[in-house]
Amino acid sequence: MSNENLLLLAIAIPALTPFLLALFGKLPNLRDAVSVVASIATFAAVLHLLLAVIDGARPAISLLEVMPGLVLGFEIEPLGMLFATVASGLWIPTSLYSIGYMRGAHEKKQTRFAICFAIAIAAAVGIAFSGNLFTLFIFYEVLTISTYPLVAHKETPEAKKGARTYLAILMTTSILFLLVALIWTWNITGTTEFRAGGILEGHIDPALVPFLLALFAFGIGKAALMPFHRWLPAAMVAPTPVSALLHAVAVVKAGVFTMLKVGTYIFGVGFLSKTGAADWLMWLAAASILIASIVAITKDDLKARLAYSTVSQLSYITLGVALATQMGVVGGAMHIVTHAFGKIALFMCAGAIYVAAHKTKISQLDGLGRKMPITFFCFTIAALSIIGLPPFAGAWSKWYLMIAAAETSHLIIIGVLMVSSLLNVAYLLPIPARAFFLKSKDDDANGKIEEAPLFCLLPICFAALGCVVIFFTIGGLYEYLLNIPILPESLP
Amino acid sequence: MMALIEPHLPALQVVIPLVAAPFCMMLGRGGLAWIFASVVSLATFVISIALFAQTYDGTIISYHMGGWAPPIGIEYRVDILNAFVLLIVSGSAALVLPYARSSVAAEIPAERQALFYTAFLLCVAGLLGVTITGDAFNVFVFLEISSLATYALVASGAWANKRALTAAYNYLIMGTIGATFFVIGIGMLYSVTGTLNMADLAVRIADHGDSSTLRMGFVLILLGIGLKLAMFPLHLWLPNAYAYAPSAVTAFLAATATKVAVYVMLRFMFTVLGFDYEFQADTLRMVVLPLAIIAMFAASLVAIFQDDLKRMLAYSSVAQIGYILLGLSLLNETGITASIVHLFNHAVTKAALFMVAGCFIFSAGTSSISKLAGVGRDMPWTTAAFVAGGLSLIGLPLTVGFISKWYLVLATLELGWWPVALMIMASSLLAIIYVWRVVEVAYLQPAPAGVTRKEAPLSMLIPTWIFVGLSVWFGVNAMLTATAAGRAASALIGSSHILWKD
Repeated sequence: MSNENLLLLAIAIPALTPFLLALFGKLPNLRDAVSVVASIATFAAVLHLLLAVIDGARPAISLLEVMPGLVLGFEIEPLGMLFATVASGLWIPTSLYSIGYMRGAHEKKQTRFAICFAIAIAAAVGIAFSGNLFTLFIFYEVLTISTYPLVAHKETPEAKKGARTYLAILMTTSILFLLVALIWTWNITGTTEFRAGGILEGHIDPALVPFLLALFAFGIGKAALMPFHRWLPAAMVAPTPVSALLHAVAVVKAGVFTMLKVGTYIFGVGFLSKTGAADWLMWLAAASILIASIVAITKDDLKARLAYSTVSQLSYITLGVALATQMGVVGGAMHIVTHAFGKIALFMCAGAIYVAAHKTKISQLDGLGRKMPITFFCFTIAALSIIGLPPFAGAWSKWYLMIAAAETSHLIIIGVLMVSSLLNVAYLLPIPARAFFLKSKDDDANGKIEEAPLFCLLPICFAALGCVVIFFTIGGLYEYLLNIPILPESLP
Repeated sequence: MMALIEPHLPALQVVIPLVAAPFCMMLGRGGLAWIFASVVSLATFVISIALFAQTYDGTIISYHMGGWAPPIGIEYRVDILNAFVLLIVSGSAALVLPYARSSVAAEIPAERQALFYTAFLLCVAGLLGVTITGDAFNVFVFLEISSLATYALVASGAWANKRALTAAYNYLIMGTIGATFFVIGIGMLYSVTGTLNMADLAVRIADHGDSSTLRMGFVLILLGIGLKLAMFPLHLWLPNAYAYAPSAVTAFLAATATKVAVYVMLRFMFTVLGFDYEFQADTLRMVVLPLAIIAMFAASLVAIFQDDLKRMLAYSSVAQIGYILLGLSLLNETGITASIVHLFNHAVTKAALFMVAGCFIFSAGTSSISKLAGVGRDMPWTTAAFVAGGLSLIGLPLTVGFISKWYLVLATLELGWWPVALMIMASSLLAIIYVWRVVEVAYLQPAPAGVTRKEAPLSMLIPTWIFVGLSVWFGVNAMLTATAAGRAASALIGSSHILWKD
């Protein structure tokens, strides 16, 4: 099969799975099997493409012209390939985990849940493979709409409120800022294509670049840059598999991925650093990193704390773009991978704790470590990876971001990254520490608690293992990321 | 046979429904009259497709009524702009009639249904006549034919709710005032030029140059048409008329009546009246544009607080008309393209949404939003159609609403009018609120105990979903509509006798 067809297949499989899911809605076992098979098939297609892209292939395909000059089309480049691999790859463990979680927690309307989940994955892969900003925007909005029912899933007043905030912020930012930025870009350049080295240079008054960048940075609400981050904690009312895959990987990474993509292929790293247009963004991202970490410390709700941690970690990637060097882009892209594995593991642990012990608050976790040792062991590994300690994956992405900060001689940014690591220690490590070392106040109630079902446990172990494996195989990833074109293609 | 008919298509476009209407009345009780009206509307639809196909490449068809050459005789003049509008009108009629069968049967007594379909055909004939004619006075005549038929159609909602009578009366008074302004305005143009043919008027007005009579005529025509198209703050007749008219009528009117009025405005502002650029442009930019922006916000805000779904959609229409007026008052080609493309886009979206409201009335017996709790489970297809239409109203990608918004914002950016671009986006955020309010009630609230609601019949669902399908299809592949609108806009500007300065 040609790479172009594989590309379409990678989007079509998750996009068409909902029909099968709806068909088997009354047969839960078959339905969940369809989800798992679809996730494996999608990943297989993406993996084939990954191998081809490593070999230097750049599959591209134009589907149709929506309006004169505006094409719905796809093109794969290393950055998008990476994001697609992460999102579709982690869909497999998450779909297994969903089976254990949704049944264990006796959630209703599991068919609707599975349908929306598959559409969201299709949208994420569509974002990854978009050949131009116009196509990317379309899938970006599809992702917002398809995840709304997932956030509102429980249909309680809190779920409705959370979903409303979710929709309001993501829609407001994308329509008010991102769409205007997109139309502005189209107006001045006559294209929305992603091109190596960017398309804006020479078309825009340098004094206006910071404003356009601001429209993009705030318009991409999914990157959760402060002050437009409130939707992410609000989305935590969703069932945990949603928080794990979508609000730690697919949706939020779609946001920062778009930031990286806009930074490298619309503005161009060279153009950003030449005009200094991203300086303000760097400071804002740094502030976002620190403030969100501090807020995380104050949260007693486990998922809320993890959500603020995500807000903070996402700004690492925005920071990578704002530093406007190759190392910044490499570090940012690498952080997409390392943070994905760490954070998905943390969320899955939170879900396992909810399923097994029905606890959502950190203050309730005392002594649980002895009842659920595997869960909390994996939690510790993932936490250490997020903090950035070797031998866990997170160490490397922070390393390259620090190199980028050093290259551009922003010593304060290095300091920010270090302080942030300390804050990560302060909000993450007390959780397993309480679980392992403190004694529970009511031993009787905790007596019957045991590990979550195997369907929950295995994906957790997989993700935690990933944090270790990536640390030792980072060389390959680094080599791969150097393929992201930074300079304009030289004319032949 | 075809060769015999083809040259007369422009005349047949109007004559067929006009002549068919009285026959329809003779067909007694409901069923036959409905079949007859459907066949007639299908025939007019086929004719307008043929006319659109002939004019798509820029050809202008000039048809002389009774063989009398203009400016003495009446000329029907079809170019891509009015062929596009003809398509909207006849297409909506052809799609609304299948839907009307069940809906009308539920809302209007059997012995009155033949009269209803007669009025419907007259309304169609009037709207098509307004659009196709090249004679300024003829526009007034057809405008009155369609308006009188519309007053009757709105009033026929009285069997379901007596308030339809006051709504129709209000509409009658306001509509007549508008028509009077309009005809006085045309009289003033005639007093200066001595002609009523639009093409002839255009040339003579341009030669004549500025004069206070022309200015007065311009203002009166603007006001008269402003009333007909519900330009803020002349929109007061619209919400009640739409809310209390029978469901099928609301769907048809929302898709066509205001659109045709906008067409007349485009035609008069850009083709006919070209006496003084400064004065005309200033009026549009200083008066119409701010009013359009106020409409976008004020009407959307009011829509948020409506409990009745049809009233909510009616206020949303006033806001959407604001977008259309904004586009044309920007006075650049992209802006006019945005207006024209939105004529079509808003027609299909709003028709679908009003049809959804009609389905709710038919099956759930209410269009009150608060009583539609949990309706998403009982009427999944109807509610899903609302969501799809609502997304288009907000202007999300893959729907026609996005295409309109794209051109509109592009037009403001081309002028460098930043704040206006942001205002367009901000007002579409208000649409999210009023659309999502319904979504939340329909899906996230439990159905009240003891309420049974069946899904609407297929005869209503299929036309609804065809409109939804159109609003998705032309949102994904807008080449046809965007190209047609672009050509129409450049033809309007090309033929304009105003000196274009930007």
